[in-house]
Amino acid sequence: MDRIYSHPQSLRDVPTHYCPGCGHGLAHRLIAEAVDELGLREQVIAVAPVGCAVIAYDYWDFDCSEAAHGRALAVATGIKRVRPQNIVFTYQGDGDLAAIGTNETIHAANRGENLTVFFINNAVYGMTGGQMAPTTLLNQKTSTTPEGRNAQFQGYPLKISEMLALLPGVKYIERVSLGSAQDITKTKKAIKKAFMNQIEGIGFSLVEMLSPCPTYWGLSPCESLDWIKNIMAKEFPLGVIK
Amino acid sequence: MPKILMSGNDAIAEGALRAGCSFYAGYPITPQNELTAYMANNMQKRGGVFIQAEAEVAAINMVFGASAAGARSMTSSSSPGISLKQEGISYIAGAELPAVIVNIMRGGPGLGNIAPSQSDYFQATRSGGHGDYHCIVLAPASVQESYDLTYLAFNLADKYRAPAIILGDGMLGQMMEPLELKNQSPCLAGRQAKPKTKPWALTGCAGRKANVVKSFYLKEGDLEKLNLKLQKKYQEITAKEQRWEELFLDDARVVLVAYGSMARIARAAVKTLRGKGRRVGLVRPVSLWPFPKKAFARPKNKYLVVEMSYGQMLEDVQLALCGEAKIEFLGRSGGGVPSEEEIILKINKIYNG
Amino acid sequence: MTERIIIAGSGGQGIMLLGKVLAEGALLENKFVTWLPAYGPEVRGGAAHCMVTISDDEIGSAHIDQADSLIIMNQVSLDKFKGRLKNTGLMIVNSSLTKPDKNIKVNSGDFTDTAIGLGNIKVANIVALGCYLAVKKIVSPENILKVIRKMAPRDKPELLKANIEALKKGMEFKND
Repeated sequence: MDRIYSHPQSLRDVPTHYCPGCGHGLAHRLIAEAVDELGLREQVIAVAPVGCAVIAYDYWDFDCSEAAHGRALAVATGIKRVRPQNIVFTYQGDGDLAAIGTNETIHAANRGENLTVFFINNAVYGMTGGQMAPTTLLNQKTSTTPEGRNAQFQGYPLKISEMLALLPGVKYIERVSLGSAQDITKTKKAIKKAFMNQIEGIGFSLVEMLSPCPTYWGLSPCESLDWIKNIMAKEFPLGVIK
Repeated sequence: MPKILMSGNDAIAEGALRAGCSFYAGYPITPQNELTAYMANNMQKRGGVFIQAEAEVAAINMVFGASAAGARSMTSSSSPGISLKQEGISYIAGAELPAVIVNIMRGGPGLGNIAPSQSDYFQATRSGGHGDYHCIVLAPASVQESYDLTYLAFNLADKYRAPAIILGDGMLGQMMEPLELKNQSPCLAGRQAKPKTKPWALTGCAGRKANVVKSFYLKEGDLEKLNLKLQKKYQEITAKEQRWEELFLDDARVVLVAYGSMARIARAAVKTLRGKGRRVGLVRPVSLWPFPKKAFARPKNKYLVVEMSYGQMLEDVQLALCGEAKIEFLGRSGGGVPSEEEIILKINKIYNG
Repeated sequence: MTERIIIAGSGGQGIMLLGKVLAEGALLENKFVTWLPAYGPEVRGGAAHCMVTISDDEIGSAHIDQADSLIIMNQVSLDKFKGRLKNTGLMIVNSSLTKPDKNIKVNSGDFTDTAIGLGNIKVANIVALGCYLAVKKIVSPENILKVIRKMAPRDKPELLKANIEALKKGMEFKND
């Protein structure tokens, strides 16, 4: 009999700490699969964020570094510059990449660092208890926007991927979704492309994944997937941005 | 070796390069810009990496990354910039990474000014960021020592897997003095981590278990374990790495205590006073953390602490002496540097008291 | 012996270089020496000064409060630093760019005009250095020449010639 499915070598067989319906587990797995399929496990160095995915290194079975909140791309720059033969990626949430770490994000991209970035956009801060994120939608209720995000006081959802696409140092940006089986297949393809770009020395590549957070969206896991498709993807349209 | 004329800033950079520093990230700030420029001119030529970072915060975190990947790494700045780096330094200490951080101190608080100062003593020696940690702190008093102690700082940082700070001031950084490049040959920066010497480094998990560099320990009891391990390390450093210079202590009635640039002026005052028959001595702490308590093991009658601050190292001298001697203080800050004449005046006042 | 010298003028006059040449010369004679620049935000055209201390013994502060010698290259610097000279101190002044002042005793020479005469206004600093060295025999002119030869860019032999000439002319100003 042919084996058509197995546990990725790069993913440890451990219980998850993520909430039911959370997108992080999926994203971790897709990255682990891509690393295995590209034969990168012994070469890859990951930089984990601060946020729900802070212990991503407990799931991935390859070399990992932590980074202070928002500083993943500075840490990754340091690693990649001294070890250009390794494949270095960051895994960051919306608060990490697009609020507290905006400076590091923009300048790593503008230097055209040959890095791969996985950007998990779930429009909310998960780890600290559901506060407004830079990507929180207008009218979306969070613990710090109890009446819903109001542009007059909290500004607009930040489209950091579109902003980064303006920079000549950036070679590839795609926004994908973890909202359906079909989308997940596309996400895996985008992840591989972002890795391949680094392997081939093409340069800074970022994959933004719209990812469900049922807990802080106040929805069931199924409703969360519909919300991504019907509401979130309207504000953050899917597709190759650059 | 013939001596060459070099500034303190340049000497620190050259010392770092000869110690095998292969990664430098920094951001412009006076009075340490020459150091960054020296690295920009020389690092790449010698096989290392130079990055002008977008900010101090990014620079220290780049150092975190480069160090995690096994490279000897350094950043430099001056007081306000060092404040910005404190988060990163805390992470470096927590993750037990070696790194060298240079602070060429200027006047504060706030934007202050660019005059020499020693007002960051507390910040450097008391774990300037959050958490229970220490940095090894070395305070050069000459261009030669700027070079020598930077070289030493890399070795100590690697040995103890801890951040080491070179604490200088604007005068030392800017000043040129003769420097002997000793016998340390200019080694080409080793870009590759040597797995044998740094088995914890992130190099890809070929042929071994995956490495994780982190300071995050959420499980009950785990962080306490890390902190106890750190404390044990700090005790070892305290026992083994106290460094100081002393002058004329045997018969001294009054002992001057000063470090860095200030110690040069204190030394000049001691020599002048000795010439006039005054029994005056000098203790110059070279390591500020660990503070050289051993230098105060047999207390003299009277001490005069002189600083370009309003009494920061003073507290360590008080702790070292535990009330067993009379301690006087002379300090200025914000651009004022206590002069040889001021020190002599103060000594004359307290000598017979 | 300890000699504390403040050298001051405007940015672009080669003030820092003058100090460095002197310091390098002292180094060749195995003396203790420090060179401390003013490192403010001023750049070209602003005030510039540096402090050089040369001694047979270890040097304490590189910063000079009261100088044994002043080398002053323009009026603003004269006004600013004339109070920083010891009573018995030596004042070397560039008369090309300062007003005569009967109240202060100076050794002066028209360093800038002399430099222009040599075909390069930029060597006024070395003219001033020559004048200083003729009065204060702190470093031998031979060693200063060695330094100048070492520092001069290889591809500009005319610049080296102008500097050597400048040093000679400067030494003729000895008017004490």
